[in-house]
Amino acid sequence: MELKDLYRDVILDHNRKPRNFGRLDPADASADGHNPLCGDRLNVSLRLAGDTIADIRFEGKGCAISTASASLMTEAVKGHDRRTVHELFTRIHALLTQPTAPLDESLGKLAALSGVREFPSRVKCASLCWHTLNAALEHGGTISTEAGNESTSEGAP
Amino acid sequence: MNVTPLRAAVSAGYDVERVRRDFPILTRTVHGKPLVYLDSAASSQRPLPVIRAVDDYESRSHANVHRGVHALSQEATAAFEGARERVRRFINARSTREIIFTRGTTEAINLVANSFGRARLGPGDEILITALEHHANIVPWQMVRDATGCALVVAPIDRSGELIMEEFHRRLTPRTRIVAVAHVSNALGTILPLAEIIAAAHARRVPVLVDGAQAVPHTPVDVQALGADFYAFSAHKLYGPTGIGVLYGREELLAAMPPWQGGGDMILNVTFERTTYNELPYKFEAGTPNMSGAVGLAAAIDYVESLGLGAIAAHEHSLLEAATAALSDIPGLTLIGTAKHKAAVVSFVLEGIHPHDLGTILDAEGVAVRTGHHCAQPVMDFFCIPATARASFACYNTLGEVQQLAAALRRAQEVFG
Repeated sequence: MELKDLYRDVILDHNRKPRNFGRLDPADASADGHNPLCGDRLNVSLRLAGDTIADIRFEGKGCAISTASASLMTEAVKGHDRRTVHELFTRIHALLTQPTAPLDESLGKLAALSGVREFPSRVKCASLCWHTLNAALEHGGTISTEAGNESTSEGAP
Repeated sequence: MNVTPLRAAVSAGYDVERVRRDFPILTRTVHGKPLVYLDSAASSQRPLPVIRAVDDYESRSHANVHRGVHALSQEATAAFEGARERVRRFINARSTREIIFTRGTTEAINLVANSFGRARLGPGDEILITALEHHANIVPWQMVRDATGCALVVAPIDRSGELIMEEFHRRLTPRTRIVAVAHVSNALGTILPLAEIIAAAHARRVPVLVDGAQAVPHTPVDVQALGADFYAFSAHKLYGPTGIGVLYGREELLAAMPPWQGGGDMILNVTFERTTYNELPYKFEAGTPNMSGAVGLAAAIDYVESLGLGAIAAHEHSLLEAATAALSDIPGLTLIGTAKHKAAVVSFVLEGIHPHDLGTILDAEGVAVRTGHHCAQPVMDFFCIPATARASFACYNTLGEVQQLAAALRRAQEVFG
């Protein structure tokens, strides 16, 4: 377990200078994500051109892993359609959770998140933004890393 | 280091290295580094006498209590009831009828909220708590409020994390039916002015429940001197096992309260028409209790009393002063909770580094701290922060570990550049 595997330069850079930070107004879709265990909250808003994500922003307060992951995600999905985004989500999920999976070089900068899998308590930090994006594309509203009664009770923003 | 001569002298007689040898877990490493355990406010470690007492009970004496005529059942009953008497002496209750074993502080508060609360509260009545409470002393009262239609009133704190007594007094009204307060705040370490709180409540004939989970390991508690009507604590923060805790209640209050949970052991006679409830304290102990836990708790009490709670408190206070000084020297570090009277807890945030990242970096250095909202989200909301990092000290921590904490925090700043 090496700290520098988790806090790579790309991660620290995106934490210090998050890309696509803010909120699109008006937006075609948006969702809020919440990790009640650590208090991380973020909002993902996007504009669609047909089936393609034309623009995307995120806003929120969280740890370096959650902020950098969200920032990297906005760069990675902009200009892609739902199917491609969904497929990317599946590959990111494997990257974060499967310790033995070979490194997927085609993930580009997102591969910087591979260090997270050595830190099981931090996987949810990195995946929160992806679940939130997924919720925005599916139905909007609020999602929580801890699937409880709270997850949908707060209503759509 | 800013230690007063008197305290330094008391600490000097305290052999922390000898104490550490009683705790086997402290010899292990974490990520290749010696463990620096600074999370005792979440759960403390167990000394050998506690581990051995539980093992001995399990290996030699276990059977169900209060039931059998056979030898093991009698031994188990003697051990369990012996533990109850040990707890009574520890907190100086009048009678073992006032000592109810629970799963922990949380269950103890739920018991009072449900039994006392539901029987006595209704629309127009008020429950008074403080803004410092752990979720365990908020949520049970909210549930009772929703069930009975009474109101839950919260006395605010100031920026140092102290209860604003003026505001507390203002909220104590003819409608107040019970006051429920922490003895020591788990998130900030603030020691509440219980004498003033209890005197004010009793002047209005209002009973007071004290959540003592964070106090009992650090200060001698005499429930009669304190005047508390209910006092709750957990064994696992007192170097004892998990899953066992205590509700002390004044006998005349407990006697008038209905049972909360029903089942075996809490009854004298059962027919399908009606049930006669058992006497105190068994009326509130439905089902087979946690006997090995009670035995472990009794051993933990023996252990802290052998060290001396006064000596432990003095040692921890020197650690608190050293930690406050060492952390205040770190640029960008803000202490959250700076009350005049504090237990050995330092909660803090570091500029530019989220507490969750801090927790991971400190862990890589072998330093275990708690990061998050500490089950006190309203406290975090008050300070407009999502979380803090919290180092909490116990009888086995050393001044060297305080320096390791400070070094690990500087390392975190290096990682984040």
